Amino acid sequence: MSVIVQPADLAIAALRDRGGPAQPLLSVSGLVKHFPVRKGVGGKKSVVRAVDGVDFQALKGETLGIVGESGCGKSTTAKLLMGLIERDQGEMLFDGEAVGSRAMPWRTYRRQVQMVFQDSYASLNPRMTVEASIAFGPTVNGVGSREAIERARGLLARVGLEPKRFAGRYPHELSGGQRQRVNIARALALEPRLILLDEAVSALDKSVEAQVLNLLLDLKAEFGLTYLFISHDLNVVRFICDRVMVMYLGRVAELGPSDTVLAEPAHPYTQALLASMPSLDPDNRTQAALLTGDPPNPIDPPDGCRFHPRCRLAEPVCSQATPPLAPIAPLHQAACLARQPGSGHSLAPAAEQVAA
Amino acid sequence: MSANPNAPAVELVDLKVGFGKVEVVDGVDLRLERGQAMALIGESGSGKSVTLRAILRLFPEGRSRTRGKIAVAGRDVLALSKRELADFRGHVAAMIFQEPLLAFDPVYTVGRQITEAIRRHEKIDAAGARQRALALFERVRIPSPERRLDAYPHEMSGGMRQRAMIALALACRPQVLLADEPTTALDATVQIQILLLLRELQRDLGLSIILVTHDLGAAVEVADRISVMYAGRIVETGTAHQVVLDPHHPYTIGLLRSRAEGALAKEVDGKRARLQTIPGSPPDLANRPAGCPFAPRCFLAIDKCRETPPSVEVGGGHLAACWRTEEASAAYRAGPQPVRAEAAA
Amino acid sequence: MTAPVTAATMALDGGIAPAASEVEPDAFVASRGYWGHVGHRLVRDPVAITAGAVILAIVVVAILSPWITPMDPYRGSMLRRLKPVGDATYWLGSDELGRDMLSRLMVGARLSLFMGVTPVLIAFVIGSSIGIVAGYVGGWTNTILMRTIDVFFAFPSVLLAIALSGALGAGIFNAIVSLTCVFVPQIARISESVTTGIRARDYIDAARLSGASALTIMRVQVLGNVVGPIFVYSTGLISVSMILASGLSFLGLGVRPPEPEWGLMLNTLRTAIYVNPTVAALPGLAIFIVSISFNLFSDGLRSAMEIRQ
Repeated sequence: MSVIVQPADLAIAALRDRGGPAQPLLSVSGLVKHFPVRKGVGGKKSVVRAVDGVDFQALKGETLGIVGESGCGKSTTAKLLMGLIERDQGEMLFDGEAVGSRAMPWRTYRRQVQMVFQDSYASLNPRMTVEASIAFGPTVNGVGSREAIERARGLLARVGLEPKRFAGRYPHELSGGQRQRVNIARALALEPRLILLDEAVSALDKSVEAQVLNLLLDLKAEFGLTYLFISHDLNVVRFICDRVMVMYLGRVAELGPSDTVLAEPAHPYTQALLASMPSLDPDNRTQAALLTGDPPNPIDPPDGCRFHPRCRLAEPVCSQATPPLAPIAPLHQAACLARQPGSGHSLAPAAEQVAA
Repeated sequence: MSANPNAPAVELVDLKVGFGKVEVVDGVDLRLERGQAMALIGESGSGKSVTLRAILRLFPEGRSRTRGKIAVAGRDVLALSKRELADFRGHVAAMIFQEPLLAFDPVYTVGRQITEAIRRHEKIDAAGARQRALALFERVRIPSPERRLDAYPHEMSGGMRQRAMIALALACRPQVLLADEPTTALDATVQIQILLLLRELQRDLGLSIILVTHDLGAAVEVADRISVMYAGRIVETGTAHQVVLDPHHPYTIGLLRSRAEGALAKEVDGKRARLQTIPGSPPDLANRPAGCPFAPRCFLAIDKCRETPPSVEVGGGHLAACWRTEEASAAYRAGPQPVRAEAAA
Repeated sequence: MTAPVTAATMALDGGIAPAASEVEPDAFVASRGYWGHVGHRLVRDPVAITAGAVILAIVVVAILSPWITPMDPYRGSMLRRLKPVGDATYWLGSDELGRDMLSRLMVGARLSLFMGVTPVLIAFVIGSSIGIVAGYVGGWTNTILMRTIDVFFAFPSVLLAIALSGALGAGIFNAIVSLTCVFVPQIARISESVTTGIRARDYIDAARLSGASALTIMRVQVLGNVVGPIFVYSTGLISVSMILASGLSFLGLGVRPPEPEWGLMLNTLRTAIYVNPTVAALPGLAIFIVSISFNLFSDGLRSAMEIRQ
């Protein structure tokens, strides 16, 4: 079963790429979101600095991983990017056009950016059949209902669910892996260019996770998609992502090619995260945890480098100066004073100190 | 304390647990020596949690059937009276769960709940019980334990609550600790701390531990022995070393191969690598296929697999329930081995 | 980093299927849909089915009553007043004016059911609209709508119905209006809380991401999920409405004599309670049976609908 594509659609598709391959698909700068909270009844007001100045770019055709502990702001970032909550500050450029501007109104942007949620059950309407859920998006965007159903069935086939057997089913009649396939089909129904996968495989059993990861790889190649892949599983991120962004307490700690970042991490936090991954070698079990205690709360984060209270490289300067996200190697950035020349940290590389 | 000091910590013989028409645990044999840690791994619906809960007889008699033999520290659990059972739980074997909030009563402080648990089982005055609780909090490495004893469960962070629940489980000095996915809901950085704590408790207190998990990595970190469950049966059991590095059951092999560790989706010879997957999905337990339950998904299945395979010993204490253990082992040794590479970062 | 792919390849094509080995096999399940499941479970609930049958029987009797009453419900006889239950002519006795109780109960069912169902039906439409909008839109809209609704909760519903009817004057129409006003806030509040719960689900976010308007999302995604619980709650209100309507009639604010209506009948017969208590209790018994049937039926519906949210 193939999906009927109107000539008009094709024309629009061809027109969609504006800036060419070198233009980042999504460019985010200075993204900020604070949530006011009140401690106790009539207590003093404070703010959760969920996202506090995040800059990054998603290049066309890449998979950018976003990792970090709970409270690091990765889910809030996802919601901001999707416009599900409003940002306090910051700019988002989609293919060179400011999102929300006349050239790229939210409605146009949203059609090109879709999301797959972690909870495969909660993200499907329990009262709608699978095909109706997938067809909903195209229908509200002006596709006729018969054609939308045709498209839904084509997509079901594409994600590995035989339409004859699955199209008329309800979410509770499917397994977790099958539901996540439906969610992926729904995200594809609007022919997006960017798909945000928010812990999309985390709730699945390992063998099903592998099936879905393979599917994601195939779809990406076939439709020329760009993925933002939020996950806490560094092994999965290493497998599927081209680049990875490590977040800590609402800021970017490190950003770079995933092979580099996950093999030779520059930021002490990334090192600690990697050391926390359980070993798969019985002869070589983890001996000590690099981080103690729980991830801190994004209410009232520490001054200076936010990681300094837990950092094994911390020096007095770390509690005073806020490290910028600066390049430490080509394509590789880290926000750590110990890696930045002239920062005043005793471990800072000396080479350029001489030059300065 | 125990009937026989030489009896194994936990011994299950042909354990079957059924709900309605469905046999969720379908003949499990398991033996945990004293002071040993065993991981029971499997995917959702494999019966691993049910097996664990059956050891404490947590299922209501009316709606479930438990048959076979359950012996913990030499006691026949299925023969215990109601009173003996209450004493058995907590005192001989204690349990920790994925969600600590379910183990604590939200309206009392954590310290009070632990001291009450101690005083329910032992004649000890309040001050003495509090001393014990304090020592337990130090034991599980809760920072500023004195203050934390007076905290309510909701005032603690996830990792702290998990530690407090372990302290509660240890309150009555059990010999066996049953852990049901204790780290699944935690961040990786906290998970590793809890796993290391479990290992430490096993070593220092001589605890016997059964850890139920779906995560092979967590199993390797804690367990001396690993048992792999599929569709209500143990398909492979052995030391962590044997199971992870020298698997003999096709399901174990499938689990190991489908992991993303070491595999990279980068282009190799112009072709993007894919993960190896186990085709299909686990069987519907109500319509279990005859013979080996894994046969419909198995890459080595033959006609003989319609008969239930026996557990065969393939190495010292290493058992696999498969007709073709030799072929499986050979296939694993020949095939790509994404396990070792980069495992220890 | 892979080379960017030109936008033209974005066109969706279902032609290439993934390797067959990855498709999760399972047996074909005939899907009967959500309401199919609810119906299936409902017919297996003997209590709900009995209650439903009682309601149906009373509705049928009420509709057919002009043609099937054994006697004229309006013609009295001064000689045959207050005959006891089981009388040869008057099977269920006669009232204080010598009219046949059975016939009056049958005809009275019409007005009583009408007074029970109509206000709830109108309030269901109005209240659920208010509640869904308040719950979905949230923010200030929610605050304004729900705080206004809260004002009505300051009064007990009996008092509110009596006060409104008193202000509007007696009569069936005014009684319906005042009862509707009593039920709108209750239904709106339930709808609001159910909708707020649904609003937080990921599938609503997913629908928003597809670019659908708020109205479309409320109609397609929200309504189907909230209408069930609201309907169940409203069904439970029918008995309350009948009792309140009876109360209004009892006070002379609803139906006027000689029209037979159960509440009114109870009122006029109360003087005879020492003479013939069984006959005097009959309208009350009728109200009791109908309201408990509605309650049991809505309870059954509620549990039948709790499949898997």
